[in-house]
Amino acid sequence: MRQTRTIEISTGAFIILGFMALVFLATKTTNIQTYGDHGGYTVSASFNNIGGLKPRASVTIAGVAVGRVLAIKLDPKNFNAVVTLQIYGSYQQIPDDSTASILTSGILGEQYIGLDPGGSDTFLKNGSTIQYTQSALVLEKLIGQFFSKATAPGAK
Amino acid sequence: MISLLREMYYIILGFLEGFGACWLFLFRLLRYTPSALLRWRLVFQQIYSVGAMSLVLIIVAGLFVGMVLGLESYNLLARFAATSAVGSGIALSLYRELGPVITALLFAGRAGTALTSEIGLMRATEQLAGMEMMAVDPVRRIVVPRFIAGAISVPLLTVIFCTIGILGGYLLSVMHLGVDEGAFWSQMRVNVDLVEDVIESTVIKGIVFGGAISLLAVYEGFYAQPTAEGVSNATTRTVVNSALAVLVLDYILTSAFFHGA
Repeated sequence: MRQTRTIEISTGAFIILGFMALVFLATKTTNIQTYGDHGGYTVSASFNNIGGLKPRASVTIAGVAVGRVLAIKLDPKNFNAVVTLQIYGSYQQIPDDSTASILTSGILGEQYIGLDPGGSDTFLKNGSTIQYTQSALVLEKLIGQFFSKATAPGAK
Repeated sequence: MISLLREMYYIILGFLEGFGACWLFLFRLLRYTPSALLRWRLVFQQIYSVGAMSLVLIIVAGLFVGMVLGLESYNLLARFAATSAVGSGIALSLYRELGPVITALLFAGRAGTALTSEIGLMRATEQLAGMEMMAVDPVRRIVVPRFIAGAISVPLLTVIFCTIGILGGYLLSVMHLGVDEGAFWSQMRVNVDLVEDVIESTVIKGIVFGGAISLLAVYEGFYAQPTAEGVSNATTRTVVNSALAVLVLDYILTSAFFHGA
């Protein structure tokens, strides 16, 4: 009897340890906070080029996360990328003339959307569209522009 | 020439026969799984001997694999002055490949062999025949609990291996090499995806590998030649076949979950 109890206790401890390890991996080492429903409202913005933006990237104002990217689609008419943003419910008063730009955190970091608040008295609400957007900087285009300017005959 | 062809024909035929028999055995095991789960005491006992007893091996292996990963990724990333990405490098390589595969290979060596030789010896000493005489189905009483225990233990061991590996990498790169602690964890949180890396890779691979190894182990044991040589051959085949099965399944699962760049 005593031996079966030892076996059962250590088996239970082993299983609990396994699940604790899973919880540790999920909460401490992954982007778990971007999952789950935080409530709030969705707005959309269209960009010429989104660079490497991915769904669930964060949306920030002054570096503070206020939402996340829900979905990215291509508008078949004008070939712009339409990005659906979810803004958390606690941020109701974002002016509707704010600018959305795609930024990169650090040189190897990933891309996110930064909102620069405008001065309007009316606010973004569910379903509204952000008018002013700034596309991602694509390094290759930038370098290409630099070289074509430097080598163009009229550049001097 | 003809004899060579004939030899190859028999080798292929033998492989197909073993493959098919293994699948039939799997369906037989799955049919008894619900009733075996009700007799949880038997399963618990097997989880103890298969899983809990492998814990020390997994912890020591995980610690050293994590530390080696820390050293290697630090070495590589220091050339690009990107040592802040050490944490996400360790985590991604552990969760996606090294964790599930190394755990599965260690499990095959530590527990798969034990399963095969135990069941094979029961066959050789006619204990299985004795059970049948008493109208106890040895597949239900002996084989199914061991199969379930293996399929439950391997994902748990994999997750523990990954956790210890992360802690080992943390110890080495943050405490010893001086990588910034905040960057270590925050880069990891940005780059590791919960569903794509932890659930799809670590956990699902663990369950599939665990099921495959325990199936091969109990199959080889159950159909072992009832002699000393037969049991030892069956044990060897368990290790070889499980290692190959794990590596092939790993490729299949990785390509199935591959999301593209």
